[in-house]
Amino acid sequence: METFFFSLLNGVIYGLLLFMLSSGLTLIFSMMGVLNFAHASFYMLGAYFAYTIGSVTGFWIALFLAPILVGLAGAGVERWGLRKVHTNGHLAELLFTFGLAYLIDELVKIIWGKIPVPYEIPAALDFPLFTLFGAQYPAYRIFMLVVSIAMLAGLWFLLKRTRAGLIIQAALTHPHMVGHLGHNVPRVFMIVFGFGCALAGLAGVIGGNYLVTEPAMALSIGPIVFVVVVVGGMGSLEGAFIASLLIGLLQTFAISIDTTFAEIFAFTGLSPLSDLGRISIASLAPMLPFLLLVLVLMIRPRGLMGEREI
Amino acid sequence: MNYLKSLVAAAVLATCSISVSSADTLKIGYIDPLSGHFALAGDTGLKHFRYAADRINEAGGAGGMTVEIVPFDNKVNPKESLVQLQKAIDQGIRYIVQGNGSSVASALIDAINKHNKRNPGEEVLFLNYAAVDPAFTNDRCSFWHFRFDADADMKMAAMTDWLAKQDDIKKVYILGQDYSFGKAVANAAVTMIAEKRPDIEIVGNELHPLGKVKDFTPYVQKMMTSDADAVITGNWGQDMTLLIKAASAAGHNVPYLTYYGGGLGAVATMGEGAIGLVKQITEFHQNIDTSEEQVANMDRFQERYGTDYYYQRVFTLMEMFDKAVDEVGENDPVKVAFALAGMEHETPYGPVSMREDNHQLIQPLFISTFSDDVSRTLEGTAFGFTTDPDGNINGDATRTATTCQMERPS
Repeated sequence: METFFFSLLNGVIYGLLLFMLSSGLTLIFSMMGVLNFAHASFYMLGAYFAYTIGSVTGFWIALFLAPILVGLAGAGVERWGLRKVHTNGHLAELLFTFGLAYLIDELVKIIWGKIPVPYEIPAALDFPLFTLFGAQYPAYRIFMLVVSIAMLAGLWFLLKRTRAGLIIQAALTHPHMVGHLGHNVPRVFMIVFGFGCALAGLAGVIGGNYLVTEPAMALSIGPIVFVVVVVGGMGSLEGAFIASLLIGLLQTFAISIDTTFAEIFAFTGLSPLSDLGRISIASLAPMLPFLLLVLVLMIRPRGLMGEREI
Repeated sequence: MNYLKSLVAAAVLATCSISVSSADTLKIGYIDPLSGHFALAGDTGLKHFRYAADRINEAGGAGGMTVEIVPFDNKVNPKESLVQLQKAIDQGIRYIVQGNGSSVASALIDAINKHNKRNPGEEVLFLNYAAVDPAFTNDRCSFWHFRFDADADMKMAAMTDWLAKQDDIKKVYILGQDYSFGKAVANAAVTMIAEKRPDIEIVGNELHPLGKVKDFTPYVQKMMTSDADAVITGNWGQDMTLLIKAASAAGHNVPYLTYYGGGLGAVATMGEGAIGLVKQITEFHQNIDTSEEQVANMDRFQERYGTDYYYQRVFTLMEMFDKAVDEVGENDPVKVAFALAGMEHETPYGPVSMREDNHQLIQPLFISTFSDDVSRTLEGTAFGFTTDPDGNINGDATRTATTCQMERPS
């Protein structure tokens, strides 16, 4: 029971962190029609900005300032980089973001060094919030949960209930029509791109001290974020939300299952000592998101909620 | 034409000066992670080696030659390490040091064995300061490999001796990194616990991917559910730091018997929750009684490099290497290897000796516990390690039988 409860809580928190990252990516995808390879790099920038700003102003100001800075950086990239490349087609855009990811990686290494920086959880949140079944639950994780849900609600409200959201939605699907109606579509794109990057930055701010802030962090989370976007369906926010939670829960629960192949396939006479029989579900956990990716692409290529084929 | 001549002359001069300088410098290739997840471990190791080289050079060098440490970044990747090894050999480097990752050490041993067989007269020597897979000094022992850290079996023997005396520990959970070293630790733990305390139940024996786990909470949750009274882990680097981070966040209050609990970065994340619980078995921690000279030496290192003094064995390695080169008087890896085998040496923490039969260093080991009542603290915290009352282990007690059948060059 306690395993179930804790796995559920941890899985949801990890899932929401993934959603914070993938929501920006999927928004940008529906806009440009191209996956932004540098998206995880903006997540990394968020963590590093928060570390540097936080060491001067404290965590709380950094929590607001760092995502804004990352958003501005993102908007700048769109305005002076992507917009120019856009005229050369999708492939050029893809290569541009690919190069950008490496560029940001190297910049981070030059500025902050190759080894992890000591970006710590703020002292005000560094205490066990409650004790359940004999295990303590850190307050910071609940804080992450609250921030994620607040962001989720804010995003939903912005897109579905405001005029700006309506224009964005319209610009995503019918850019020319929106342009003819007198809206500045390139500016909408720039704002959406910056906003998506800011969301990634926010994920970096609250994820950087929960995990580790290091130059390899973009590389380690990047592939999972792509899996989320593809499984959820390219360009679908609802799909990204479901896929994030699914992958978060899948990975956390898998670790708590010790059953080996030998036990599952006992009827085939698989020996628990053989190489195949020894593999346990827990040891497969890191592989599961990618297994899901392959399965979804085979069975339902447009993803869970996607509207277009890849 | 004149211009061309002077150019040629300059080139000739330049090559001459290079060959002259390479005759007085003794280059040691340091192949370890300098970027990526384990960069912190690799970077700290490099600082220790640089400091040890400085000390040798200040005292007149090894056999009159200046010792230089040349770093190579292998990203703890065996394949990348072989590329870096080739690069080092191409630069004329004849001595390689490495420590992070038995998977890497294993690849290096194979490659160096092959290289030395094919290139007589250009042999390369591998001085291993931290890769502790027991196979390297048993079935896979090599004349070209010397190990300066106690292997996983030697440490586990000492750890299980301690465990055997703890009557209140009935259930043990083993967690390790999924590669040769993690498996070696788990195997050693299972067999030795069965021998020394058959009543102890092993409630979990699990391997996780090396350097991939970002959040150990689910693993800690499993340990708590299993009611383990103690955890044994060989984790190092970031895998150690994050494990302890998750354990103290969840309030998992059982002893953690570790190989690298005092490793860099771990202490800062452990905090008060780990006092009295995290134990480590090492050849060194800062609060072992020693000479004032050694204390001054540690202070000097920390001042110069801004990081904690951690790898005593790096100094043992470099001092013994220095002694061997002094004895031989020339840059000849084969002769240096013969001089190292069987060498005895005095360290600030007791006598050590290099076994002739399998090239494993025999040194005193210490079991210590995380504490806030110590004279030398770590990583800017108020914490450090203090030796357990029965934690002094004589070097001879760690000697294990070896299956090594070493082939020596004639």
